[in-house]
Amino acid sequence: MTVQAGMTDTFPKLLLEHAAVRGERPAIREKDLGIWQSWTWREMRDEVEWLACGLAQAGLARGDHIAVIGSNRPRLYWTICAAQALGAIPVPFYEDAAAQEMVYVFQDAAIAFAVVEDQEQADKLLEILPQCPRLKRIWYDDPRGLRNYTREELVAYEKLREAGRAAAAAQPRLFAGEIAKGVGSDTAIMMYTSGTTGHPKGVVLSHDNLVSSGRAYAELERLRDEEEVLAYLPMAWIGQNLFSYAQWMVVGFRINCPESGDTTMTDMREIGPTYYFAPPRVLEALLTQVTIRMEDASWLKRRLFRYFMDLARRVGARLLDGKPVAARERLLYFLGELLVYGPLKNALGMTRIRVAYTAGEAIGPDLFVFYRSLGINLKQLYGSTETSVMVCVQPDGEVKPDTVGPPMKGVEVRVLDSGEIVLRCPGLFRAYYNNESATRDAKDPEGWFHTGDAGFFDDTGHLKIIDRAKDVGKLSGGTLFAPKYLENKLKFFPYIKEAVAFGHGRPEATAMVNIDVEAVGDWAERRGIPYSGYADLASKPQVRELVRECVEKVNADLSRDPHLCASQIHRFVVLHKELDADDGELTRTRKVRRGFIGEKYATIVDALYSGADRCVVEAQVRFEDGRVGAIRAELAVDGARTYAAEALAA
Amino acid sequence: MNLRELEPGTVQRKVGEAVLAVEGVSLAFGGVKALTDVSFDVREHEIRAIIGPNGAGKSSMLNVINGVYRPQQGRITFMGETHDRMEPHVAASRGIARTFQGLALFKGMSVLDNILAGRNLMMRRNLLWQALRVGPALREEIEHRKRVEEIIDFLEIQHVRKTPVGRLPYGLQKRVDLGRALAAEPRVLLLDEPMAGMNVEEKQDMSRFILDVNDEFGTTIVLIEHDMGVVMDLSDRVVVLDYGRKIADGTPDEVRSSQAVIDAYLGVKH
Repeated sequence: MTVQAGMTDTFPKLLLEHAAVRGERPAIREKDLGIWQSWTWREMRDEVEWLACGLAQAGLARGDHIAVIGSNRPRLYWTICAAQALGAIPVPFYEDAAAQEMVYVFQDAAIAFAVVEDQEQADKLLEILPQCPRLKRIWYDDPRGLRNYTREELVAYEKLREAGRAAAAAQPRLFAGEIAKGVGSDTAIMMYTSGTTGHPKGVVLSHDNLVSSGRAYAELERLRDEEEVLAYLPMAWIGQNLFSYAQWMVVGFRINCPESGDTTMTDMREIGPTYYFAPPRVLEALLTQVTIRMEDASWLKRRLFRYFMDLARRVGARLLDGKPVAARERLLYFLGELLVYGPLKNALGMTRIRVAYTAGEAIGPDLFVFYRSLGINLKQLYGSTETSVMVCVQPDGEVKPDTVGPPMKGVEVRVLDSGEIVLRCPGLFRAYYNNESATRDAKDPEGWFHTGDAGFFDDTGHLKIIDRAKDVGKLSGGTLFAPKYLENKLKFFPYIKEAVAFGHGRPEATAMVNIDVEAVGDWAERRGIPYSGYADLASKPQVRELVRECVEKVNADLSRDPHLCASQIHRFVVLHKELDADDGELTRTRKVRRGFIGEKYATIVDALYSGADRCVVEAQVRFEDGRVGAIRAELAVDGARTYAAEALAA
Repeated sequence: MNLRELEPGTVQRKVGEAVLAVEGVSLAFGGVKALTDVSFDVREHEIRAIIGPNGAGKSSMLNVINGVYRPQQGRITFMGETHDRMEPHVAASRGIARTFQGLALFKGMSVLDNILAGRNLMMRRNLLWQALRVGPALREEIEHRKRVEEIIDFLEIQHVRKTPVGRLPYGLQKRVDLGRALAAEPRVLLLDEPMAGMNVEEKQDMSRFILDVNDEFGTTIVLIEHDMGVVMDLSDRVVVLDYGRKIADGTPDEVRSSQAVIDAYLGVKH
């Protein structure tokens, strides 16, 4: 779908439109000092105008890049819009990125201005200032702790706003004039992909890209301006940008910024979003909490929960899809809604959800079905930063746990012989910034984008993604090995937080496992197993036994699938520390970097295949304040039972 | 290394005149001498530490300052007024607040209510007005609630706002205790071992909060602490007590190199 002539084609123009059409409706809320503070579209228009005039006065010009760093705060959203109004290009950063990780982007995009949330971010920028000589101004939102800073580069957001307000009064036409100069093909935003190897690449996305993607979703889901959306994911992630910025601007609904990362659950309950977006890890964390809380519940409640969840698993998803269900089970499900599903959805803040999406990585089928069986219309979609998250989405009534649905309107998808998925769509990015060779590698001359994902279409025309094309390997016996598939199966158990599977070029599959310290800690307390910390808990023989049971369940499951039977996990290690993005083991979006982990923990991998039952590992850890320390541990290697394909079939 | 020096671009705060001074304070419980002729002063906006081995009289000193103990000798001067002995209610109403080693919180009440309790002295309307929650009492309550929310925001405990304090981990309870003391908007804040029983990360957090309180609110802070590293990082000046006597007084560097202090901590051959 292309943006039609005459339709509003840039985000700042959309802002003006909303201010005119629904000026008195709230556009954005933020919980502050325990109260939901809100700004209407008109108020927001004014804020953006002042900010834009202030930025223009400070020297931000058309085509310049400006860094936006922090969690979801209205002022940071306004910064994005104000920069776009001037034709400048906002570059959002992950707020938990280390200072040195930011240096490359600042240099690459020649960034001179930054708007940051607080002291933490300001400190990072001051630290890298000597390496980034172009950076000349840092505006901060929250002045806390910055009172005594004397660096002249640091200026309060408040001052920028006041200066802009004065400038806007002096030049009342400036804002509208600058907006009118913008066209849809201008660059709207640049997002750096986390990249599993090498430097991050700046993905250049135009207003047309994002607006057409936003419109496609709005049309598909019939989004209205009454939708409530919780803006809680990292701003530097395309998913967050599409759902809480592009679609927000296209449709004119409301976004709500939680008070802090720790209060997201409570804030979500208060808001009751109608349109919700969550990567699988968030849904997983919620389910883990539910499971733990149910174990604390009384006997009667546990029985009720188990009975009705069994029922829901059988009929819930079918009811949601409008498929026939026996009258008796319908009645029982209704009862379950009153007794279990309703209260549970209320506790999760999901009562009002009309449409929910999950994306970012593959979701475990059981996890997916759990939410759908409660009557929550959770669907999967497929996309990436480069495609403005506009490739495939599951339409209502055709939702399957293991596919991502058929291609969206206007998107062409092909699967190459190598299994790689290639596509063309209106949301497709213009280029990688300053990196022609990477652009050429990703986009062929006819405009086909190579996603790097492997998959195939099933017989109903739904796309099924199995893994990254480069990660799909073969066991030395020649059978297919999709590590992600195994990892996801392991991670569905509440006790397992992260897993890394190995097997390419090896005779059999093995895995490293991270326990979920909350769930396993709770499990241990119930059994009176004392432990001092993460490493101690992970090394308890009872915990290893618990993990073994999970691994064996996965193996039993795999043995039922003729393609995957050979991928059963023969041996595993329970790791002594949590895999962490700060140590480079996960990407900032928390995907495991399998190759890096394989090298870093080569001694463990060797032990997994050598038959040894113990191994010693020394690992560097980076503390939150940036210091580096070493952890040395002796780990046990355990074997797990595997199943023959015939044994179960018989 | 002083924590302040780690931050790029900060300046030393303006430390003013002495706001609090103790002169020649001696305190004995029966025959046991807890403090003997101790004198020192605390300047406005500074962070002043009192250190010393176990039983040196540190907590007794704090208790003398806020009037829980009555010294047999000596005087306490607070904001120009000299007292032979401080009374607890006078200390509290003049702007001295404190936290306690063993925490002084209402375990069954929420974090919010605990901190609100810290504003008790500032509530103008009587119990009846407050119970009715009308007119001026309501306006006043809203104002108090706002201040409490600012403290909650400041100490980053929004996620436990409505949780009963007794259910919180120890490190967070310590933070709530600090919040309760801050709610009184004190001029001088006495902290009795604010980091006792904490892990490294919790100690770092607490150090950060103490520095921020000092910076943002300009609160003068007197603290007792066992962790030498923390004391040397945080404080502007340090008093060292040993067996109830002052054996050193000065900047962290001066105190660190004082022979008397080294002897008191490591022991000497007699």
